[in-house]
Amino acid sequence: MKFGVVVFPGSNCDQDCYYVVSNVLRQQVRYIWHKDTELGGVDCIILPGGFSYGDYLRTGAVARFSPVMKSIIDFAQKGGLVIGICNGFQILLEAGLLPGAMLRNTNLHFICKYVYIKTYNHKTPFTCLCKNGQVLKIPIAHNEGNYYIDNLSLEELKRNNQIVFRYCSSDAEVSADFNPNGSLDNIAGIVNKKGNVLGMMPHPERSAEKILYSEDGLNIFKSIIKWLDKK
Amino acid sequence: MLKAEIRITLKKAVSDPQGLTIKRALESLGYQDLEDVRIGKFVVIRLRCKDINSAQEQIDGMCKKLLANPIIEEYQFKIEEEGRTA
Repeated sequence: MKFGVVVFPGSNCDQDCYYVVSNVLRQQVRYIWHKDTELGGVDCIILPGGFSYGDYLRTGAVARFSPVMKSIIDFAQKGGLVIGICNGFQILLEAGLLPGAMLRNTNLHFICKYVYIKTYNHKTPFTCLCKNGQVLKIPIAHNEGNYYIDNLSLEELKRNNQIVFRYCSSDAEVSADFNPNGSLDNIAGIVNKKGNVLGMMPHPERSAEKILYSEDGLNIFKSIIKWLDKK
Repeated sequence: MLKAEIRITLKKAVSDPQGLTIKRALESLGYQDLEDVRIGKFVVIRLRCKDINSAQEQIDGMCKKLLANPIIEEYQFKIEEEGRTA
């Protein structure tokens, strides 16, 4: 299995993603510079967290015009697996690969802490090893994670089972009390209609080893590997 | 030279966490008549272009492609001839 981690100016979780794939999961991985137009035959693209282009204008707004994005959009349209984490999610939204947009967190704070998320769709390539309703403990670290979409499109997301994760309590209660950032309907992660592009605000690469107090993020990476193995 | 002033704000239907916070801050200063506070962006672009119609087309394109996100934001702009500086 070959992963590609895209590096934009300002990405800062690229090395963590690379480390988890190579050292923890023992899979092939390469960096893809944002100016590259060749993806090098990878099976899965990771858009890592960070502050691409300093978050200027809007998070992800400038990164989506990087040369590499055209290849990634082609790759995604052909069914290739793409996971955007945090800023990667924001870039996918700006690029139109996922619907909706991000607003500032309602409390205006940069929030960096462990949260719980509940799995609502365990049939995606990114969650196929999760049980339905499984709660994962994965940290968030963002200033703009307040997901917004208009009502009609929200209904469509629900109808198509595109909401993959919602913020919840440690025992799977989903309510405003456990919504860290004001995100609509407690949304923490969504997939596109085809299910091959995932965006999520929590950082699975930061919860992939015991020493980090949670290995729940491995569920995501291992699901991808299992899914690709089956193909 | 033409100067375009672009105002980008969140749509009415979209909540504005910054605006709400500023509203509360202003109220704590004693301003009690506030119905609403909205925060936006103000962009000034100087264009090497003489034709206002062409400038309008260009600025509108810029807003649609990059400067505003149509899912959450709306924009307005005005374009005028820049006064010559001495």
